[in-house]
Amino acid sequence: MLDKKIYDMPKGTDMAWCPGCGNFPILNIVKMALAELDIRPQDAVLCSGIGQAAKTPHYLRVNYFNGLHGRALPPAIAIKIASPHLTVIAESGDGDTYGEGGNHFMHTIRRNPDITNIVHDNMIYGLTKGQASPTSEKGMKTPVQTAGVILEPFNPLAVALALDASFVARAFASDILESKDIVKAAMQHKGYAIVDIFQPCVVFNKQNTYQWFKEKCYYVDAEYDKTDKVQAFEKAFDMERLALGILYQDTSKPTYEDLVRTSQGPLAKQEVSREALEKLINSHR
Amino acid sequence: MKRFSGDISLVLGGAAGMGVQTVEALLVQVLKREGYNVFASKEYMSRIRGGSNSTEIRITDAKRAAFVKRIDFLFAMDKDVIPHLRDRIALDTIVLGELEKLRDVSEGCHIIDVPFTRFANELGNPIYTSTVAVGVALGLLHAEEKGLTEYLRDHFARKGEAVVAKNIEAGALGYAFGKHLAYAEGIEVIVAKRSAVAEELLLDGTEALGLGTLSAGCNYISSYPMSPGTGLLTFLAKHGNEFGVVVDQAEDEIAAINQGLGAWYAGARAIVTTSGGGFDLMTEGVSLAGIIETPIVVHIGQRPGPSTGLPTRTEQADLNLVLYAGHGEFPRAIFAPSTPEEAFLVAQQAFYIADKYQIPTFILTDQYFLDSVRSIPEDSLRTITRENFIIETAADYKRYAVTADGVSPRGIPGYGEGLVGIDSDEHDEEAHITESALMRVAMHEKRLRKMVGIRADALMPTERGDVKHAETLLVSWGSNRGVMEEALEVLNTPELAGLHFHQVYPLPVKAKKLFVKKKVIVLENNAGGQFANLLLLEYGIKVSDTVLQYDGNPFAVEDVVARLRALL
Ligand SMILES: Cc1ncc(C[n+]2csc(CCOP(=O)(O)OP(=O)(O)O)c2C)c(N)n1
Ligand SMILES: [Mg+2]
Repeated sequence: MLDKKIYDMPKGTDMAWCPGCGNFPILNIVKMALAELDIRPQDAVLCSGIGQAAKTPHYLRVNYFNGLHGRALPPAIAIKIASPHLTVIAESGDGDTYGEGGNHFMHTIRRNPDITNIVHDNMIYGLTKGQASPTSEKGMKTPVQTAGVILEPFNPLAVALALDASFVARAFASDILESKDIVKAAMQHKGYAIVDIFQPCVVFNKQNTYQWFKEKCYYVDAEYDKTDKVQAFEKAFDMERLALGILYQDTSKPTYEDLVRTSQGPLAKQEVSREALEKLINSHR
Repeated sequence: MKRFSGDISLVLGGAAGMGVQTVEALLVQVLKREGYNVFASKEYMSRIRGGSNSTEIRITDAKRAAFVKRIDFLFAMDKDVIPHLRDRIALDTIVLGELEKLRDVSEGCHIIDVPFTRFANELGNPIYTSTVAVGVALGLLHAEEKGLTEYLRDHFARKGEAVVAKNIEAGALGYAFGKHLAYAEGIEVIVAKRSAVAEELLLDGTEALGLGTLSAGCNYISSYPMSPGTGLLTFLAKHGNEFGVVVDQAEDEIAAINQGLGAWYAGARAIVTTSGGGFDLMTEGVSLAGIIETPIVVHIGQRPGPSTGLPTRTEQADLNLVLYAGHGEFPRAIFAPSTPEEAFLVAQQAFYIADKYQIPTFILTDQYFLDSVRSIPEDSLRTITRENFIIETAADYKRYAVTADGVSPRGIPGYGEGLVGIDSDEHDEEAHITESALMRVAMHEKRLRKMVGIRADALMPTERGDVKHAETLLVSWGSNRGVMEEALEVLNTPELAGLHFHQVYPLPVKAKKLFVKKKVIVLENNAGGQFANLLLLEYGIKVSDTVLQYDGNPFAVEDVVARLRALL
């Protein structure tokens, strides 16, 4: 096991998160999981989009691709394909992943690349100061949704299950140890793993507070069969009591990189076969 | 006696799904193998069945690479062909088709009856009509029958002996008929055959671009289909396996370019291909490439816009789009090939420059270029030796180290002791978010400084005629080199010389002097004179005239010549 301090930024690094933000414990959770899995900073790549959650790579010492809002997943897929030996994590907010990046979310699940997708779900757009996100609860008032959100919330777990995601989990930022185990399992899972992690936003979401989550959430018990998709759907649709833990896992699905690669090793080391090219050119006579 | 000599324009017309493409492919192959210079270009409708499409095959003594309006022989496979091509059918155009079917539209046409239906019945299947037509054409041209037989044997070998035999029979039937026609109608066709041509490569624009892409070491393509950019995706899907090319059909163009950037970040060599509309969606990704200083090569096959426009036709109206795509200021380079040789070269150059300067580079083509077929000598394909720009990182590696030339050594994750971060926010040398004005200026200037090297590496234009002494320069870019060259030959005046650009941005400083004290005419397929404006921007040159066309078709030699005559 590595010391999780190796992922720390230098002391005094300015952090853009608000005091009390649920992002802090999540950062800690990810560091612990990486350390327990002995993943060296050099061997991990953290992909993120834009938002408060998406600033994570600036506070966690690993390789990173901090790209565009909504676009954490496409580079993550490509990096995993190009360098299968790397541990690839995509980490962003609920708006980034389910809103702006919704199409990538759907189609990444269908591909099943071996990446871990950690979604900081605060049910709000934090960085842009509190508009509704796809997961905001109906009725929540915001500066844009002045009469309250009129749409039903997006259900990331049900969508993931419907698209046959091979690992579907939900966690809560406050529960460090439980969440660390879930994130660890997600990283160990060979295939696409989503962890939707409840993250209280203390500034813009006064409705879904630490207390609110604590009251609503419970863990699936030891008897829970995570290969039972119907049961997983039931959990995903239960909005009264929010189930935490690994809701579904299928270890039999092939990964996208295994299906799409026709060569071995990192693409960076691949040379062009001049012989094959000459042959191909000559076939055009 | 009707004599056709040195320059034949043979057009095949029919509805989509009637096998016009098959006839073209077979005919072009056989003619090339016989040693004829061929150049084929096509126009087709955005539909899968029906409509009216045509392919023009030029068979010429000298190498030609341009579309002409004139039609010497028109194979009309149905009656819609006649109204579709009416303004190109002259009194001396020989129309070949079934009189029965063409009768209603035959006014003003010299039609020679070719009973395709009877032949099909004799052969037992209409599927062989294409091969019959190929035979007729070759018979008319007095090509050797042996070439056809051999080609059909090779071409259909995979489908078994019976199919081969039937096609040879069909070819022979057509050939005998064509030969008889030539005799009966007193048609004589004389075009030079050259054994060197028989050995040449036969390539369309897409294939040349694909081969160049492979030669550049491309090992990743993620793209979303859109005509006419799809061909490159298909080419790499078909041939990429042996080269270890990863082929991903993205969920949209946004995913495609973001995947491309992820791939390059991890050390792969990626291209994305699309057309204008798809490229619109990519522009945020282009801007991302600018700030994260990650290479990416984008191929844009142009078609007429705005929006869906004319999906299967041609235009050069996306130069400004590509020139300005993406918010903010950052360096880029744009290439625009006109010949298979140029496509093979600039594909490699686009990868090389993208890699060397860590910038987005663009290959701007169009439907006309991508779909046009011609033969070229193999040794005209130039290979650029690949350089390795990826470094092994040390523990204190800084991805955005400020350097004199603006290029920071590029590491990739997992190779070396360092960490490689990249950031779409303005960042410091270690790729962490910064809002320091000083750092912003340092980073922005570092990025922009790369333009000096990029400009120094810019490809020189190709000169045609006596550029030094001519009073007027005819300037073309992208797919118009062939028509520019042929127009110069037709006009044949020392007053006029040509200059063709296959890199359109940035323009090489050294080429500026070619314009001194010249009158300049720019030839381009758009309404705005976008390259003419770029000459002003880059060189401060005010052009005196533009020859523009934006009807969805490529320039015809005749039109360009007439318009230039009016200007000279
Ligand atoms: C293309 C684009 N559109 C909009 C934005 C502005 N924007 C930045 S973050 C964000 C929403 C962030 O919400 P979420 O992903 O939930 O992250 P959080 O800040 O809540 O962690 C928006 C709309 C942007 N950066 N880029
Ligand atoms: Mg959020």
